[in-house]
Amino acid sequence: MELLLATAVGVLTASGIYLIMRKRTFPVILGLSQLTYAVNVFLFASGRLAINQPPILNKYAEVSYTDPLPQALVLTAIVISFGMTAVIVMLALSAYLSSRNDRIDLTEEPGDDA
Amino acid sequence: MSLFLIVALPFLGAVFPALLIRAGRNACSWSAGVTTLLAFIGLMINLPAVLRGEAVTARLDWLPWLGLNANFFLDGLGFLFATLILGIGLLIILYARFYLSREDPMGQFYTYLLLFQGAMVGIVLSDNILLLLVFWELTSLSSFLLIGYWKHLPEGRQGARMALAVTGSGGLAMIAGMLILGHIVGSYDLSVILQNKEAIQSSPLYLPALILILLGCFTKSAQFPFHFWLPHAMAAPTPVSAYLHSATMVKAGLFLMARMWPVLSGTPEWFYIVATTGLITMLIGALIALFKDDLKALLAFSTVSHLGLVTMLLGFGTEIAAVAAVFHIINHATFKAALFMSAGIVDHETGTRDIKRLGGLRHLMPVTFTIAVIASLSMAGLPPLNGFLSKEMMLEETLHTAWGHSHLLVPGLAVLAALFSAAYSFRFIAHVFLGPKRSDYPAHPHDPPVGLWLAPAFLVVLVVTIGLNAQAMVGPLVKVAASAVTGGELPYFKLKLWHGFNTALLMSTIATIGGLILLVSHGGLERVWNALPRPEAKTIFDAVIRALTGLSRVVTDTLHNGAISRYAMIFVTFTLAIAVYAYFTGTMTLPTRDAQDAPLLPTLAWFCLISATAMLTFLHRNRQLALVLIGVVGLIVSLSFNYLSAPDLAMTQISVEVVSIILLLLCLNFLPKTTPVDSSLTIRVRDGVIAGVAGVGSAALIYAVMIRDFSFPTISEFHLANSYKGGGGTNVVNVILVDFRGFDTFGEIIVLGIAALVIFALTEAVLASNVRAYLLNRKPEWPQSGDAHPLMMVVATRVMMPIALMVATYIFFRGHNLPGGGFIAGLVAAIAYVMQYMASGFTWAAERQRIFYHGIIGSGVLIAAATGMGAWFNGLPFLTSAFGYVHLEPLEEFELATAALFDLGVFLAVLGAVMLALESLSRFAWQPGMVTEHAMDINPKRDDPPPEPDPDADPDQPATEGGT
Repeated sequence: MELLLATAVGVLTASGIYLIMRKRTFPVILGLSQLTYAVNVFLFASGRLAINQPPILNKYAEVSYTDPLPQALVLTAIVISFGMTAVIVMLALSAYLSSRNDRIDLTEEPGDDA
Repeated sequence: MSLFLIVALPFLGAVFPALLIRAGRNACSWSAGVTTLLAFIGLMINLPAVLRGEAVTARLDWLPWLGLNANFFLDGLGFLFATLILGIGLLIILYARFYLSREDPMGQFYTYLLLFQGAMVGIVLSDNILLLLVFWELTSLSSFLLIGYWKHLPEGRQGARMALAVTGSGGLAMIAGMLILGHIVGSYDLSVILQNKEAIQSSPLYLPALILILLGCFTKSAQFPFHFWLPHAMAAPTPVSAYLHSATMVKAGLFLMARMWPVLSGTPEWFYIVATTGLITMLIGALIALFKDDLKALLAFSTVSHLGLVTMLLGFGTEIAAVAAVFHIINHATFKAALFMSAGIVDHETGTRDIKRLGGLRHLMPVTFTIAVIASLSMAGLPPLNGFLSKEMMLEETLHTAWGHSHLLVPGLAVLAALFSAAYSFRFIAHVFLGPKRSDYPAHPHDPPVGLWLAPAFLVVLVVTIGLNAQAMVGPLVKVAASAVTGGELPYFKLKLWHGFNTALLMSTIATIGGLILLVSHGGLERVWNALPRPEAKTIFDAVIRALTGLSRVVTDTLHNGAISRYAMIFVTFTLAIAVYAYFTGTMTLPTRDAQDAPLLPTLAWFCLISATAMLTFLHRNRQLALVLIGVVGLIVSLSFNYLSAPDLAMTQISVEVVSIILLLLCLNFLPKTTPVDSSLTIRVRDGVIAGVAGVGSAALIYAVMIRDFSFPTISEFHLANSYKGGGGTNVVNVILVDFRGFDTFGEIIVLGIAALVIFALTEAVLASNVRAYLLNRKPEWPQSGDAHPLMMVVATRVMMPIALMVATYIFFRGHNLPGGGFIAGLVAAIAYVMQYMASGFTWAAERQRIFYHGIIGSGVLIAAATGMGAWFNGLPFLTSAFGYVHLEPLEEFELATAALFDLGVFLAVLGAVMLALESLSRFAWQPGMVTEHAMDINPKRDDPPPEPDPDADPDQPATEGGT
């Protein structure tokens, strides 16, 4: 189980980093999303994995709970990263509409409009 | 009047001219004048105390742990300067009222002037060197605004920039020097520093501190070799020149040297640096002034020369020299301000300041002539005017000063400088006012209205009366000011006109006669002067600035070449290198936990995730496919959260997933649908390797973490134990969000709101540009569906709307005890609204949206803040929550918690932010002609009389809704 999750984090990270090194806005946005998943799952997993132990207090029985703190942090991280993605999407779109070009580098190469 | 008020009045008053300019130019100048007058009166109330030798103080601890206190004190020296600043300020305000033309924005002028005045008063009254530095920088900034007041003139802008660059960098040096001084003494209070002469002068840091502080003083007071900015600052309007460059700003450096005199002077370093600089400046300034044809440039170099004179006197380090310095500061302020104003009058009335085009004005402008002659003769140092008295004292002092082993050098050069000084003063009279009347003045010269000549006339009266009766007029003031400079008792002195036939008088006579000879032979000398090669300060300055700009551009361009993918590569590689270093130098304990078994279901999900990610990475060029794949990834992440005991996360992730995909779809509607190949195979392989290493690293790291226990006891136990007792909720995650860590959440909803506002603002900006035309003329890339708003979808979404909102409400309310809460409820409600936009069209939905999303965000943040502040009324810290249980028939017992109110704020902020972001984005798709009266076949407003009750009209609607 831990191995599955760790490899998933690794693959998501690798995919995210590869995509943010591309030269167009859209793959970079996709890469950031992938990296967001990776980071959120990473943070979440730092509370260790547990199955069927949600941090909902049970008044009637003594049961064990998983670590609630990473969950709370990741919850806000998910919402904030949506805000961040939205801003970046908007920037990418505005840049493309203003210059008809979605390259992210400011190099002097003759860019095409794709 | 309290010293605080005296300092604050000009700053407070600075608001009025800017506002009152709408009430007319008179109201504007009256407001400035009355403010200054009040401050002046407040100052004068302290006169008796100051003359008794007392120091008036006002203290206020501001940031005591930094040593920065708003302490002010008023002694003789501060009083003298404050009187000059406020008194001449009043005259300048009067003069400027008549000087500025109708086209000049007068409100701005007086506002800047009062800001400057406040900063100057702050400098001379500060009892804390850090506070003094703040005011010092303020004078640099406000003088920048004043010098560049005529923004349309390139000389004005360049002069302002040059003045700011020179005085600003000097100010930076001075900050360092002052900090060293404060470090030596252990206090930043001037009154403490001034008591510690021995400690400072014996410190090894004395010389660096001295040089740094003097750099600040010399740049501000235009001492050689920093004198060049002052003539260029003459591009300012004449009232500014008369104020800043005769009486106030350039004297700030002198003030500071005088202020620091008790602790810094008396050493050979002080003498050789300060006296020599002053002597050279005095000589060079006077020499250049002789050959300037521009009246204001002549006066500017003359000012440089006289500032050098005072600097030299301060550098001598004797008590009587300090008396002479103080006395000359008063005299110079009176005659030089009068001369600047006269030059302004000449410029105003004849249309030129070029001496070569002037002459013969004495009959045309008799009043101006009288004023200018008296002031010039005082500048030349002729009896019985005040300039004569202080010049005599200066010459007398030079006789007692030896430079190195030479007793003749200083007196000789001083006489030479006095000679040049007499010569340019005579030239000012002879070449402007004397000589034959000319016929080619640019305008018809005549004396100005009384408003313009009243201020210089008043100053000239002072010039004469101080000259005739110095001891009675200013004797006591000079005495207290000079004893404040020296910080002790003064030897007996008396300011008087006639000292008998002595060497100083002989030197004066030589200077005057020599000056007359130079005036007569000026034409020939000028040809020689013009033939000599001279360094042009502005060219050198511009070259230095150009070189600096070039250097910084090279550095910036090398570091930032604009290739973001390259930065990303460097960043990742660097991070990996650090991680590798940490791995090989750190230690790792053995695993303490067993890995759990992986059942079939998670393994299947893992396969889905890995294959979706792999496909996404390799097929990302097909952008629509990439979106589908990233949706798959998000879905599996949500499911994993659910499986791994995190129901709140699962709900949040899946609802965020929905809005994210909608967002990306909206965006893709405008972007190209495929990504072209940009990088070579080598680059892609390189990136792949870097990304692969990073992936392996992060996988190994999290695996290593997961198979070990916590090194330290976690704080989670506390949250689990206190969630119900302290927060009143059983959903620990939600209680953490709205209670334990409510402040984090509060910050986060603000950030989210700001992000949405940024998106809105960007949309506004882009739609206001020429992009709008492109968007309006955009043709769809693919054939459009004839059925823009499919009937089934419209019906389904409208039916679902109340259900979805009810679900959101349910999730919201149960959040405190069961998975749910404000974040998730906000997202669910947002999805319910977005569905309406998608199904029925933007216009239809927007028309029914009566509350602005901005308002929803704002009310959310405000509700959260108000809830948090509610705790204050119970004497508890911000965001402390309270809860209780209520039993209402026929309902079951239920809980009311302030945390729920906070969660309502979260709910509203999230809802508003998501909606504002999506709505902004979809506004790009708006095109004319898509306004539909009814989005679908069934008219929801059946009460309205429909123009054409045609149930089959919809498919004809021409356009689509932005691909949603």
